[in-house]
Amino acid sequence: MKVGLFIPCYINQLYPQVGKATLELLEKLNVEVVYPSGQTCCGQPMANSGYESESIGACNHFVNNFKEFDYIVTPSGSCAYHVKKHYDIIPQTDDVTKVRNNVYELCDFILNVLKIKDLGASFPHKVGVHKSCHGLRGLRLGSCSERVTPEYSYIEELLKEVRGVELMPVKRGDECCGFGGTFAVTEEAISVKMGKDKIKDHLESGVEVITATDTSCLMHLEGLVTRNKQPLKILHIAEILNSNI
Amino acid sequence: MSHAKLASIFNKDEKKVDWHDKALWFVRHKRDKTVHHVKGWEDLRDLGHGIKAHMLSNLDTYLEDFEANAKKNGVEVHWAADAQEHNQIVHKILKDNNAKKVVKSKSMLTEECHLNPFLEADDIEVVDTDLGERIVQLAKEPPSHIVLPAIHKNKHEVDELFQEHLGTKPCDGDPQYLTGEARKHLRQKFIEADAAITGVNFAIAETGGFVVCTNEGNADMGVHLAPVHIACMGVEKIIPKQEHLGVFLRLLARSATGQPVTTYSSHFKKPREGKKMHIVIVDNGRSEQLSRPDFRASLHCIRCGACMNTCPIYRRSGGHSYDATIPGPIGSILSPGKDLTKHSTLPFASTLCGSCSDVCPVKIDIHAQLYKWRQIITKNTPQPFVKKKSMQIMGSIFAKPKKFEKVGKIARWSLRNLPKSVINSKPNTWGKTRDLPTGPKQSFDDWYNERQQNKKND
Ligand code: SF4
Repeated sequence: MKVGLFIPCYINQLYPQVGKATLELLEKLNVEVVYPSGQTCCGQPMANSGYESESIGACNHFVNNFKEFDYIVTPSGSCAYHVKKHYDIIPQTDDVTKVRNNVYELCDFILNVLKIKDLGASFPHKVGVHKSCHGLRGLRLGSCSERVTPEYSYIEELLKEVRGVELMPVKRGDECCGFGGTFAVTEEAISVKMGKDKIKDHLESGVEVITATDTSCLMHLEGLVTRNKQPLKILHIAEILNSNI
Repeated sequence: MSHAKLASIFNKDEKKVDWHDKALWFVRHKRDKTVHHVKGWEDLRDLGHGIKAHMLSNLDTYLEDFEANAKKNGVEVHWAADAQEHNQIVHKILKDNNAKKVVKSKSMLTEECHLNPFLEADDIEVVDTDLGERIVQLAKEPPSHIVLPAIHKNKHEVDELFQEHLGTKPCDGDPQYLTGEARKHLRQKFIEADAAITGVNFAIAETGGFVVCTNEGNADMGVHLAPVHIACMGVEKIIPKQEHLGVFLRLLARSATGQPVTTYSSHFKKPREGKKMHIVIVDNGRSEQLSRPDFRASLHCIRCGACMNTCPIYRRSGGHSYDATIPGPIGSILSPGKDLTKHSTLPFASTLCGSCSDVCPVKIDIHAQLYKWRQIITKNTPQPFVKKKSMQIMGSIFAKPKKFEKVGKIARWSLRNLPKSVINSKPNTWGKTRDLPTGPKQSFDDWYNERQQNKKND
């Protein structure tokens, strides 16, 4: 099995530690993983802003980078979702279809392709999960409170196996954090209010660390937490699954 | 004004936002509790979706069937191409019947057509009889929610409004006293009315009958007392058969308020002896929306309001920030079809979280339609130069890895080295209330290449 690692643009530049944790974790699980150099972005920032046509270059570039692989794994639910859902704007060649079918969010890949639950990690902290929307309602990484379906959550299934983790329940377990890409800037007032409310929910339930499958949501929450000097740590799920404290 | 601007004004009073958010979340939560008790809820949604899709594909036939059957029942049927025509038809019926006083039961369609001011201009008194509607009518405001029209007002504001308009005593917002007074006031209006106008929730092609759902029984009160009943409906309210009604009645109330069924589901079929019944069937842009393949499913909507209650943005920005008859997620996909420029910011008033699509009882892919409207809006309406340019630049950076690397390096350096006051200066909206991450020295790319190099050297 040949796996290509996709590290989204903002993780690459601003949160390299998330990329490192992802790579190390996959290697620990004996996956033959390659990081094709010269990768950039899935095209989502332009497309979600209504400029799909400006993202065509990025889409083609993405497919070229990853067409050789059996699986493409990324520590970002929203990027995986974007490739799956919105790559209709480029001609649907075999390569494009293959890439779209085989791109996976990290937890989804570990649980459903590798079929591993216990990763041998330990992390003795009170953890609150933020269920990022594109992963949740886009990729169905967990059940959503709106739908009448059996309850499940890939991210929590993996976290439950991590030694020492205490999963803290929050009141609005799957409400959006208010990031939403350019929404965070164009609708600043609402975005910030949503983020503040999200953090309050976690603080009230005694959470020490907020985690998620998407660094973008976490960047927004972290921005608020640091500005307001709140007693919370923000870590990507890969960092927790890869830790051994 | 843009949605963002209006929403930020609403957000100045954080306590009010919290209260608005909680009130609507309470309704959403109640909805969850009831739907999770219905076995096969998801199948019911599929069924509702399927019936609506089938209806829209055969809309002409079903409308004709409905007209023929309604006429057989002794109902007069009228057709209106747009709001103007709708208002004129209603006005003419009222004139023909010498009607000066009208009681109306909540109808978003008459709101959409701006019927009240049209009639009032000719000295016809129109009283909205749904309590929430009456409250906003007294406040001279449009409804801010399609099911809970006065949800943006708290009981103290209602107290003051009633003192001013109905002469009530100050009561510290006592809901029981206030509803009691409203009831007395409305009862008088029902008794005096010359005509009753209602909306239509479901019109059944097979029988020519229709159903109006209310929780206060005000539609019945109006219709039973007044000599003339005028029912106004959009073309998409048709369902093929009587047997389909059960599907929608079960979906509607649970999704709207978490009730198993609306308190009054009133069935109307023919005028009573000596009374008259009219139906006005209105297009007003609906066939145009039907002609847009990507957006036609927006016409499935049964106006339950669940997408508003679930929308984290709606809950925190208030219905009026949408500046449209139908606010919230569904309004944001209906309104651009009517006036792309006026409503150009609505499809962007979303994080595309998808909660609206998952809650929608008739499975409208609302968030996917928001995404599609965005693509159309940027092409067809004037966009800020900075946004357009930055998207082009971003597009070219992401298509070229060398450029990406360079820009990334500069960005990281700036985040590390520039003073906070420069980083968070005015052009950086992000930094107003949020910190940016501290730029790491090495990108992942750099780290990985170094690691590969080291591996080789080992
Ligand atoms: S779009 Fe769906 S959820 Fe929203 S009001 Fe219409 S039927 Fe209800």
